[in-house]
Amino acid sequence: MFKKREIIQNPAVSRNPGMIMMPSGHRRRLWRKFTANRLGVIGVVIIMVLIAVASLANILAPYSYKEQELSAMYLPPSAEHLMGTDEFGRDVLSRVIHGSRISVYVGVVSVGLSVIIGVFIGSIAGYYGGWIDHALTTIADLTWSLPEILVALLLVAIIGAGVECVIAAIGLTYWAQYARLIRGQILMLKNEVYIEATRSLGANDFNILFKHLFPNAIGPVVVAATIGIGQAIVLEATLGFLGLGAQPPLPSWGAMMSSGTAYLFISPWVIIFPGLAMMITVLGFNLFGDALVDLLDIKDTTTT
Amino acid sequence: MPLLQVESLRVRFKTEEGYVEPLDGVSFEIEAGEVMGLVGETGSGKSVTAQAVMGLLPFINGEVTAGRIIFMGKDLLSFSEEQWQKYRGAKLSLISQNPMTSLDPVYRVGDQIVEGMLLHLDISKSEARPRAVDLMASLQIPNPERVYYQYPHQLSGGLKQRIVIAMGLCAGPRLLIADEPTTALDVTVQAQIVALFKKATVQRGIGLLLITHDLGVIAQICDKVAVMYAGTVVEFGDVMSIFNRPKHPYTESLLHCIPKLGMQKGTLKAIPGNVPSVQTFPSGCRFHPRCGDVTSACQLQKPGNIHLDSGINVACLKYSSYMKGSA
Repeated sequence: MFKKREIIQNPAVSRNPGMIMMPSGHRRRLWRKFTANRLGVIGVVIIMVLIAVASLANILAPYSYKEQELSAMYLPPSAEHLMGTDEFGRDVLSRVIHGSRISVYVGVVSVGLSVIIGVFIGSIAGYYGGWIDHALTTIADLTWSLPEILVALLLVAIIGAGVECVIAAIGLTYWAQYARLIRGQILMLKNEVYIEATRSLGANDFNILFKHLFPNAIGPVVVAATIGIGQAIVLEATLGFLGLGAQPPLPSWGAMMSSGTAYLFISPWVIIFPGLAMMITVLGFNLFGDALVDLLDIKDTTTT
Repeated sequence: MPLLQVESLRVRFKTEEGYVEPLDGVSFEIEAGEVMGLVGETGSGKSVTAQAVMGLLPFINGEVTAGRIIFMGKDLLSFSEEQWQKYRGAKLSLISQNPMTSLDPVYRVGDQIVEGMLLHLDISKSEARPRAVDLMASLQIPNPERVYYQYPHQLSGGLKQRIVIAMGLCAGPRLLIADEPTTALDVTVQAQIVALFKKATVQRGIGLLLITHDLGVIAQICDKVAVMYAGTVVEFGDVMSIFNRPKHPYTESLLHCIPKLGMQKGTLKAIPGNVPSVQTFPSGCRFHPRCGDVTSACQLQKPGNIHLDSGINVACLKYSSYMKGSA
């Protein structure tokens, strides 16, 4: 305190760079705080490996994911087929690698979609309040009570099974949690003094909502979305398991596990490896999400 | 014509228990280039008055039920929200109570000043930036080019308050309203900020409405003062004549409450009782339960604004003979 007061009285003192923290110092501190959390770093590494595998699938996969070789059915893991082969003699490793594309695609796009819908509806509900808030909150609660699988079945009936159907089903049912989250944040933040100060400056509702409330409220949503990607990947696998997701011969992890159930005790590798891949992926997103909670200093806002 | 004229303003708020009326009979005037102090205890309605003048009441469930607010010849109470938005920041600015929380934590402080300029002035961002730096320099912010790029949490309270003042002045308003601008600051910084306010308004020839409960600050920089008690302006006029010869019993007892350096040891005179809360305002004159000069009429009759020959307005039945005389 004493030193800062000196700056005001004596402009010459403020040249000393140690006195007021530079933005770069702040960023460096955040980085150090993040790397100190080992689990978070593991999460990031898993996510980065996943993205690398998904984008380089064509180069990394030793075999084609759809070429059938009926003479090589249900081969156990060997040097030639590291994860064995499935019921059509296809290389499981290659299919797991290609399957990561569908998982990442579905996870990111469906959560992105639900975040956009949820954030828009939640901000409007929280900012305007009154009957608008009542109406939108009721709609959110209603969609939150719908089972995702039921919505997916409904969409299959309308648009047919496929990856798009899964994305639409997740997007339409998951947005409510992000809407609730951002609504709560905005309800809390809209009484902040700096919002009144911005309004006294002549800003309109749009400016206040999207330029000032939004950046301050988005932190918990980012965390929830990161963990949500993990959930969406599991849901995609569930729907794939039920045959509602990506259609053959596309290698969705869920569909691969589903096809492995028939010979679970004879050739367990068909089901174990896609399951492991999914588990590690979800773990990665969850670890990263938890690390973000510490990093962004968020308290008790990610309960879903 | 005065820059801002507030006439018998009445404000009510909607609460869950019904309506409350924090303001009933607020009148004062500010001329351009003048500093007016609005003084009163906590809960007397000072901040509500400021919010009414800024048109911010609808956002906190309040409304003006009677009275007039004339600013630069325009009736502000007839304004739509769009018209308000053109006036806020451009013609009249509010500096909120706490500089620590008046700045958006996610933006660089300089950009927050520029934002106000872009809202009201027809200039580009690259033109606004040097103007913001100049403005910061004129408010004695050391090293403004560098402070421009810093975030609020990196600045001290005094610096933050200067940034908030710069935001208030950024679009060249005609009236600045400062709501207790020094309460959150250290005493040494307070004096600097008060001097800065005086300089900024005198240089620009604009009006300043300074809300405070510090009578010392009022004596130091204000030309006029309005004393508020329980939602009413009880006395309004020239600072020197009010401080030397207070007319209203409340002003008188308020001035007695100030300890003076070199004063004899002993007990300070306090006003007996407490400020009534907004739900329990007494009938008649709202000060009558605590007043030393109370008469039976005070409990029944609400005193009107009486204009005394000395140029002072006072709301007290003691002076009702003046009203009859002048009428």
